Amino acid sequence: MLRDEDRIFTNLYGFESPFLDGAKTRGDWSGTKEILDLGREKIIELVKESGLRGRGGAGFSTGMKWSFMPKTSNGPVYLVVNADEGEPGTCKDREIMRHDPHKLIEGCLIAGFAIGATATYIYIRGEFYYEAANVQRAIDEAYASGLIGKNACGSGYDHDVYLHLGAGAYICGEETALIESIEGKKGQPRNKPPFPAMAGLYSRPTTVNNVESIAVVPTILRRGPSWFAGLGRPKNSGTKLFCISGHVNQPATVEEEMGIPLKELIEKHCGGVRGGWDNLLAIIPGGSSVPLLPKEICDTVLMDFDSLREVRSGLGTAAVIVMDKSTDIVRAIARLSKFYMHESCGQCTPCREGTGWMWRVMERLVKGNARVEEIDMLLDVTKQVEGHTICALGDAAAWPIQGLMRHFRPEVERRILEYRTHAELGARVAAE
Amino acid sequence: MSAAHSHGPAVAEPTSFEFSAENLEHAKRIIAKYPEGRQQSAVMPLLDLAQRQCGGWLPKVAIDYVAHYLDMAPIRALEVASFYTMYNLKPVGKHFVQVCTTTPCWLRGSDEVLHACEKKLGIKAGQTTPDGQFTVIEVECLGACVNAPMMQIGDDFYEDLTAETTEKVLDALARGEKPTVGPQNGRLRSCPSGGPTTLTQSALAAGVKPQN
Repeated sequence: MLRDEDRIFTNLYGFESPFLDGAKTRGDWSGTKEILDLGREKIIELVKESGLRGRGGAGFSTGMKWSFMPKTSNGPVYLVVNADEGEPGTCKDREIMRHDPHKLIEGCLIAGFAIGATATYIYIRGEFYYEAANVQRAIDEAYASGLIGKNACGSGYDHDVYLHLGAGAYICGEETALIESIEGKKGQPRNKPPFPAMAGLYSRPTTVNNVESIAVVPTILRRGPSWFAGLGRPKNSGTKLFCISGHVNQPATVEEEMGIPLKELIEKHCGGVRGGWDNLLAIIPGGSSVPLLPKEICDTVLMDFDSLREVRSGLGTAAVIVMDKSTDIVRAIARLSKFYMHESCGQCTPCREGTGWMWRVMERLVKGNARVEEIDMLLDVTKQVEGHTICALGDAAAWPIQGLMRHFRPEVERRILEYRTHAELGARVAAE
Repeated sequence: MSAAHSHGPAVAEPTSFEFSAENLEHAKRIIAKYPEGRQQSAVMPLLDLAQRQCGGWLPKVAIDYVAHYLDMAPIRALEVASFYTMYNLKPVGKHFVQVCTTTPCWLRGSDEVLHACEKKLGIKAGQTTPDGQFTVIEVECLGACVNAPMMQIGDDFYEDLTAETTEKVLDALARGEKPTVGPQNGRLRSCPSGGPTTLTQSALAAGVKPQN
């Protein structure tokens, strides 16, 4: 288990003040100027060395992403922080924003400096009213103390940080939809290229990073990249916030070492699966869009990017949704299909039509009111949606269904046969 | 986007709207966050201000006012107002109850929470009580999954609910009280209910007993 002294989010549960007084006692804003004095190139190099991979779901190297930004630019350049946390199961950035907002603000300054940004916009989902209030208060404190704004931390570098609230649209978690939204438009993803690093917010070079990716940067640079890289497994390094929801005895958000066995994560921090480990049916290990895993895989799988990819799922946002044997697994996934239908922005036909189509078939499969051949037809439709849309929402809608059929097809078929048998029995009784 | 706006209370569509003096000041501060000529970026926060001023919903005159204020075509503002679920294009009750029913909440009993709301208030999801006090709707994931099941009322999250505590929250609101926000089972935020398994020293310093 990760030692307390190796945790980054030391105020995860709000035992201490989230604000500047508390933040300073936790080591935030200490030696920030010295970090900036390292220079852009060096900071990017150190973040690459740490092995930090994006914490928003895709797991792309953060340092590498920063290095795509132009080295020089005339005019504004932006860092945009994606705090539109909305992937079902996920509630980790919420804890950073309400209990440790200065880690995020300091991260904005350092990351902003590293990519040559003139300002940061933090895009927080609109429902997080109090989380946004804490972040705004932290921003105000940082300005008042000269930590951001003109000559931030006495570094000679000017950097503004602004907060922008969303208004209820999962799709704005997609980086180009988020940019559209800040520009005051419907949140519909843009075609790429151009990528945001070339033309993002207001058509200016922009990097979009997740809250957790940015908030861990100051600690990584203070403690050194080798410390971070030494945690977890190669290419899957560092610590990670895990949110464990569903059928565990004590649902919780906790910071752990990357690569912790899934079983250990649940047993150490969540009081185990409701009714014991043997009562486990399946787990969605990385937020609603990643394929579920049946118990036999959960027994041994490690919680990191590559381990979960090997079992054809993903770490995603590290939102662990646990389902015990009482779960109607088909209904659990059908409800996710409904979510994606509701959240499709409607721009691409395969997603707009496909998400509704998939949900309607899933609803029939919950009851078994279908033909067995329709399972393959449904899988075929998921393949037609996947990879044929501007953004990954179509993929996200397809994967949970593919995961269900990969591991629970016999259960789906059983329901169809049972429904058939009941219907035939009913008809025979009626005839007699 | 949500189909839940169809049974609002009978409130007449206003014929005019303008920001209060306080909101005008607020609007100026919001617009100043964005670069010169990019004032359209302020459309979402300004629609939110207008909605709050109008008692929780956005009449057409308010959308048009915001569009005009930001020098946008009215259709562009309407497009935003109708895209994002937090803008209510029809009136809602004084207490706007949004019950999350997405899978993580569903696994922990969001059906019971929703039924408790419907039973207590005598309405179905999507409806408003005849006195205009409560509107109940079903919503998608609100991002508090380790505290499931949960509902948002106004700006406040009520978490770790049961049918019983759901009714208690609604009763308190009906009496004009403000229930304690957050977990309703006595647990501390997103910390394991049996006590923290990590951050032992700061837990002890805060007077919180760690597990084991």
